[in-house]
Amino acid sequence: MTGAAAGHRAAHAPSRPVQVIILGLVGLVFLIPILAMVEFTMRSGLDGEHNLDRWAALFGGGFATEYRPVFVALGNSVGLAIGTVLIVLVLLVPTMVLIHLRFPRLRRLMEFVCILPISIPAIVLVVGLAPVYSVVARLAGSSVGTLAFAYGITVLPFAYRAVQSNLDAVDVRTLSEAARTLGASWLSVLLRVLVPNLRRGILAGAFISVAVVLGEFTIASLLNRINLQTALLVVSKNDPYTAVIMSLLALAFAFGLLLLIGRLGADRVRTPRRRRAAPLVPKGPS
Amino acid sequence: MTARRAGRSAAAALGLLPFALYVMLFLALPTLIAVGTGFFDGDGRLTLATVAALGDPLVLSTFYSSFWLSALTAVVGAVVGALVCYALLGARPDGPLRSAVDSISGVLAQFGGIMLAFAFVATIGIQGMVTVYLRDTLGTDIYANGVWLYELPGLILPYIYFQVPLMVITFMPALQGLKPQWAEANATLGGSTGTYWWRIAFPVLAPSFLGSLLLLFANAFSSYATAAALTSQGSQIVPLQIRAALTSETLLGRENLAGALALGMILVMTVVMVGYSRLQSRASRWQQ
Repeated sequence: MTGAAAGHRAAHAPSRPVQVIILGLVGLVFLIPILAMVEFTMRSGLDGEHNLDRWAALFGGGFATEYRPVFVALGNSVGLAIGTVLIVLVLLVPTMVLIHLRFPRLRRLMEFVCILPISIPAIVLVVGLAPVYSVVARLAGSSVGTLAFAYGITVLPFAYRAVQSNLDAVDVRTLSEAARTLGASWLSVLLRVLVPNLRRGILAGAFISVAVVLGEFTIASLLNRINLQTALLVVSKNDPYTAVIMSLLALAFAFGLLLLIGRLGADRVRTPRRRRAAPLVPKGPS
Repeated sequence: MTARRAGRSAAAALGLLPFALYVMLFLALPTLIAVGTGFFDGDGRLTLATVAALGDPLVLSTFYSSFWLSALTAVVGAVVGALVCYALLGARPDGPLRSAVDSISGVLAQFGGIMLAFAFVATIGIQGMVTVYLRDTLGTDIYANGVWLYELPGLILPYIYFQVPLMVITFMPALQGLKPQWAEANATLGGSTGTYWWRIAFPVLAPSFLGSLLLLFANAFSSYATAAALTSQGSQIVPLQIRAALTSETLLGRENLAGALALGMILVMTVVMVGYSRLQSRASRWQQ
């Protein structure tokens, strides 16, 4: 047993030099385009000099004036991300819990439905969404916010997987039966018992949804709505430098989000400690 | 008692309604419309003429381009990605290297799109960093025979750039599922490292590898954003042809062509994803 603890490396793992060569080489090749983007933003003039003027200009006040369209678009995307997360929280999570507790036979169907969007390309979905959205626009106006309904479908597979793996790991049935025996209402069971226990899965699902929505281009572009990605493409035509700087920032942000998701997962493995009433619990209906 | 239970079940079933309605409206209905419009002409009459457009030489050659672009980048992505997974076997699953690689892979696989187009214009565009370096330092002009970045071949490198990370994400669990005991048993019975990989690991991993390969194919086949940002003119691949059909109604002189193209894409995706789930269920036998 000590051997397994001391040498974590599996017997079939590559030797250290092989590992370094593979990861180093692939890492380098994958780093080049990112470096090229950074280099591109620092170019000044045609004589091959480099400086940080553009970054300074953007951070020192440029945010307010000439780059306004990008920030309006960023605002749209953030709003869409929030809307999409709300759809996940209000529509998907309660349904998954309900199926888990009361309709276990529907589980396969639910899984099929939630994974289905992976096999339907966004470009195909948009062909069918166009007529749907022309009706939606007549009923609810053509504001960009209605796109959240389409994005809720796009993130379904990712959110489903994140929440389901948490749902499988927690004994939801016993928890809810115990709470019901003690006289809690279903709403109170959901909000005060189940949500705190499913916190990690729900958070991971929410974060991945945010990352997907911030990167979405296809649906917004073909339905003529403005979000971060479509605005970046428009901006890049006149001011490629700003577009690239913004992409780099968005990339860094998405990387941070996913790192956070990874932490959530790792925490679960490392410290299975008991938590007191979690901070996420809202005040139950008394 | 049973009546009350039945009543409670009915009430609980009512709870499924909002999600069911939502999925109907925004997933089932759009998919049906997308697949169905190909069967109707401009006046709403049932016709097979539009679907017959899938046999048009121009459409066929676009499907062919999409097909080989997806296949090529899937194979390269799968092989390179599998190598990265192999290299990561030596790292602690919960260590900083793994979590960094996981997060980077997640970003690059999901977040690509427009950003990837920018990245490759900055790298191998006409004034790109690598282009300029090769031209000024090594005297090699990668565009000696014309600029190919904005044509079909220009999509290969950006696509590989998001295929490799997707492979790392999907294939790592399979590689992680290799039990150390198998290697030990192989060694105890006198097998070499070569026997271990050839006789044990490869056969166990084969379904996962092929499954991931299919997923990568599907991923490239359905990808739109990078191509849309790189090539503003022409319809070299099917998603771009759908764009053209959606924005100008008279491509090939046929209406509802977008629907027919969508139908064609769905057919290809269905075959690929059914293959994927078959292989995945075979692969999961070893991952318990």
